Amino acid sequence: MTAGPHQAPSTRNSPLTRQRIRSAWLFVTPLLLVLALVAGWPLLRTVWFSLTDANLAELSAAQFVGLDNYHYLFDDPDWWQAVRNTLIFAGVSVGLETVLGLAIALALNARFPGRGLLRAAILVPWAIPTVVSAKMWGWMYNDVFGIINHLLLAAGLIAEPQAWTASPDLALAAIIAVDVWKATPFMALLLLAGLQMLPRECYESAAVDGVHPLKVFFRITLPLLKPALAVALIFRLLDALRVFDLIYVMTGNSRDTMSMSVYARQQLVDFQDVGYGSAAATLLFLLIALFTIVYLTLARVGRED
Amino acid sequence: MRNFRRLVGRFAFFVFLAAIVVYSVFPFYWAVVSSLKSGSALFSTDFWPLDPAWSNYSAVFREQPFGQNILNSLLVALTTVLISLALALGAAFALGRISFRGRTPLQFVVLGISMFPQIAVLSGMFELVRGLGLYDNLLSLVFSYLIFTLPFTVWVLTTFMRELPRELEDAAIVDGAGPFTILTRIFLPLMGPAMVTTGLLAFIAAWNEFLFALTFTLSSGQRTVPVAIALISGASSHELPWGNIMAASVIVTVPLIILVLIFQRRIVSGLTAGAVKG
Amino acid sequence: MAAITLRQLDKHFGKTDVIKHIDLEIADKEFVVFVGPSGCGKSTLLRLIAGLEDPSNGDILFDGTTVNDLKPAERGIAMVFQSYALYPHMNVYQNMAFGLKLAKLGKAGIDERVRKAAGILQIEHLLERKPKELSGGQRQRVAIGRAIVRQPRVFLFDEPLSNLDAALRVQMRIEIAKLHRELDATMIYVTHDQVEAMTLASRIVVLNGGRIEQCGAPLELYHHPANLFVAGFIGSPQMNFLAATIAAVGDREITIELANGLHLPVAVPDMRNAAIGQSLTLGLRPEHLQVDGSGIASLSGRIMAVEHLGSESYLYVEQAGGAPLVVKSPGSSGAGVGERISVGIPAHACHFFDAGGVAVFGPN
Repeated sequence: MTAGPHQAPSTRNSPLTRQRIRSAWLFVTPLLLVLALVAGWPLLRTVWFSLTDANLAELSAAQFVGLDNYHYLFDDPDWWQAVRNTLIFAGVSVGLETVLGLAIALALNARFPGRGLLRAAILVPWAIPTVVSAKMWGWMYNDVFGIINHLLLAAGLIAEPQAWTASPDLALAAIIAVDVWKATPFMALLLLAGLQMLPRECYESAAVDGVHPLKVFFRITLPLLKPALAVALIFRLLDALRVFDLIYVMTGNSRDTMSMSVYARQQLVDFQDVGYGSAAATLLFLLIALFTIVYLTLARVGRED
Repeated sequence: MRNFRRLVGRFAFFVFLAAIVVYSVFPFYWAVVSSLKSGSALFSTDFWPLDPAWSNYSAVFREQPFGQNILNSLLVALTTVLISLALALGAAFALGRISFRGRTPLQFVVLGISMFPQIAVLSGMFELVRGLGLYDNLLSLVFSYLIFTLPFTVWVLTTFMRELPRELEDAAIVDGAGPFTILTRIFLPLMGPAMVTTGLLAFIAAWNEFLFALTFTLSSGQRTVPVAIALISGASSHELPWGNIMAASVIVTVPLIILVLIFQRRIVSGLTAGAVKG
Repeated sequence: MAAITLRQLDKHFGKTDVIKHIDLEIADKEFVVFVGPSGCGKSTLLRLIAGLEDPSNGDILFDGTTVNDLKPAERGIAMVFQSYALYPHMNVYQNMAFGLKLAKLGKAGIDERVRKAAGILQIEHLLERKPKELSGGQRQRVAIGRAIVRQPRVFLFDEPLSNLDAALRVQMRIEIAKLHRELDATMIYVTHDQVEAMTLASRIVVLNGGRIEQCGAPLELYHHPANLFVAGFIGSPQMNFLAATIAAVGDREITIELANGLHLPVAVPDMRNAAIGQSLTLGLRPEHLQVDGSGIASLSGRIMAVEHLGSESYLYVEQAGGAPLVVKSPGSSGAGVGERISVGIPAHACHFFDAGGVAVFGPN
C-alpha cells in the first residue's frame, strides 16, 4: 500500500520528478508547521514542566527540580491506583468490546431481514457524544430512581438498590459497561470491514466439504481476520488508555475510578501543580508511545510478510 | 429433529440480534422518555411518558446560555474541520501520490500524533493558549482541536487519494498539468464524497471533545455543548436536574444521530479507510 | 512528426530491472508496436518515451535531440490509456480542451481544434456529454480525440483496445490504422495481443524480460523468427517444437533425427556451424503441416482432440515417442478423435533453433 504511483529513481531525476518532489514538500510543509505548533511544542513543554516545580498561576516562575516530581509520583498510592484503574479499564473493556464486536460483525456479515436496521441501531451509541452517554447512563445508574435498579429488582437479580457509580466495588465495572456500549460499534464495523474482505472461496469450499461452522470460525475466519483484529484492537486500546471524559463525568475525581488522565488533570488544573501533573501526563504519554511503537513495529513486520 | 434444531438456532440468533438492538438503542430511548417527564413523573419508571411535557426543554435554555453553547460548538467544530481539510488535502496528495524521500517517516509522524493522549499536551497547550491571549476564547479550542482532527483527516484522505486511478493523473501530466493543477482541477472535484465523509467524522470528534473545552474555557458563554451538559447542576450534587440534563442530551444528540444514519455507508467507509487499509 | 531513438535505456524499480539496455530506432511516421507477455516491460518502455517514468540510465532522443530533461507535455507527445483516463467531472468538449487551455491556446483556436478532431472521430454529437454517459467505444474515441487535439509529434497508445469487446476491438483497430494514414504521424502502440500487432504495425518490437527479442516487419517476424521466444509468441496456435539432432551433414542439406527415430533430410540455405550430433529444436507451424501427408517426410500419430472453427479445424495429434502436435486443417475436417493420421512436413516449413534457442541455418 505504501508504494505510490511514481517511484523515485535511484540515479537522476527528471524535471517532472523534481517538480513533483518539490511540490510534495510544499504541500506537507504547512501541515508540519501546524503539527509542530499544536503537538510538538506543547509536548516538549509538558516534558520540560515535568522536571520543574511549575505552578499554574505563575508558569514562568518554574524552577528546575530534576526528577523530583517522578519520585513523588512513584511514592503516591493514588497514582498507582490510577494506573491500576486505567489498565483494568482498558484491558477489560477492550476485551469485551472485541468479543462482542466480533459477534455483532459476524451477525452483520450474514444475510437476514432487518440487517440494515441492526447496523443503524449499533451506530446510535457511536454517534452519541461521550459526555452525553455518561450522563444518560449516570441517570440509568441512579441509586434511587435509576431504571437499572428498578429492572434488576423487578427481575429478582438484586435484593436491594445498588449505588452503581458510588460504590467502590461497582463503579469501575459500571463505567466499563458504558464504554463497552459506546465503543463496541466501532469495533464491530472495523471487524465487519475485515470480514467482508475475506475470500469467499474458502467458505464455499468449506461449506461443500461440510465442515462444522464452529470449526470454520476457528480454523478459517479467525486466522484470516487476525490483521484486521489486531488493528482494531490496538486502536481501541490506545484510545482506552487515555480515557478521560467518561470517567470524569460519571464519577468525577473519585479515587476508586480515577484514570491516569483524570489524575494528571486533577493535579494540573485543580491543584495547580503543573510540574507534578505534567510528570503524570508524561508517563502516560510514554506508556502509550510504547504501545504505539510495538504496534507500528508489528504492522511493519506484518507488511513485509 | 434436524429441522427443529435449525429452528431453535434461528430463534436464538434473532433473540441475540434483538438483544443487541435493545442494548444499543434503549439508553437513548430512556433519555428521550425521561426528558419528556416533568416534576415527579421523572421519578416513576413508566416506559412511556404518560403526560409528555416540554418544560425540561425550555428550562435548559432558560437556566443557562444553551443556545449560545450550541452555537459555540458549531462554530468551533466547523472552523476546525475547514482548516483541517484545507491543510490535509495538499498533504494527502503528497503522501498518497508522490514518492519522495521522507514520505514514510512523515506518515509515521502523522499516525503517531493521532495516538497522542490529549493530557500529554495539556500543560504545554495551556501555556501556549494563555501566551496567545486565547484563554476563555473559542479560538483556543479551534487551535487545540487541530491536534486530533489534522492527523485523522490527513490519514483518511491519503487513503482515499491513493485509490484514485493512476492513469488519470498521467493523462493530466501529459496534458501539461502541474501538481497543483492536478490537485485542484482533477482530484479535488473527485474527492468530494471523501471530503464530506472525512469532514463529518472530524466534525463529530470536534463536537464531542471535552478535556480541552473544559480546561480552556471558563465563562458559561464560552462553553461548548459537552462542557455545558457536564456542568449542569442543581442546588446540591444530590439534586441534579436530570430532566434538564436529559433534554439537553437529546437536543444535541438527535441531529448527530440523523446525520450518522443518513451518511452511515460513508461513515463506515471513512472509519475503515482510516484503520483497516492503512 | 518525429523520429525516436532509444540509446542504452535502462529502468529499474528498486532491485527489479524492468528495462535492460534497450537500443531502438523508430523512423518518422512509422507505426511501431511493442508486443510481449505481461511484465515484459512494454508499458514501462512506452512510459519512458512519454516521460512519465525517469530512465535509470540511457537517453531518449526525438529527432536527434535528447528529451530526457523535458516534461511529458513539452515532448510533443499524446497518450491514449487502457482505462481511457477521461476526466470524469468534465464533459467531452472540456476533456479534449483541457490540455489546450493549460497550454494557453486561445478560445477560438481550442474550439477549432476540438471540433475538427470530433469531426474526424464522428463524436460531434457527444461533445456535451459526461464520460459516464458514453459507451466503451465512444470513450475510446474521446480518448483518441484528446490525443489528436494536441497535434503531437508522437502518438503513444497503451493497450487502448483491451477494455473493449471483440467486435468493437476489430472496428477500432481498423480506425486506428486509418487514423495513422490520415494523420501521417509517428505512432507507438503497446499490446499483448499479437493479432493487433500483426495487423497494425509497420514494425513490431517483441519484448521479453526487459529486452528486445526481435524487431521487424510483421511478416518477417512470422516467417523468420530470430529465436524460440518470437517463434512461439507470433502465430496462433503456437508453433510446434520438436527436439532433434543432426544425423548427417551433406552438401546442400542436413539430415536430422527426431526423438521417434525419424530421419528428415532438409535443404538449408546456410549450413555453416552445422555439426553432426548437434541438438536442435525443430519448429513447425500448425498451418504449414499437411493433413494429406504430403511433403519431405511425415509424422504419424493418433488424433486426441479436434477443434472445429468452421473455416478451419485444429487437430491435436499424439505421436508415438514424440511431443504432441497441433495441426491446422482447412475447412471442417472429417477426421475423428482416435483415428490415426499421417502429417506431412513440407520442405519450406522447417525452422531450426540451436540449443540456446537462436534461429540457425538461415532463412528458409
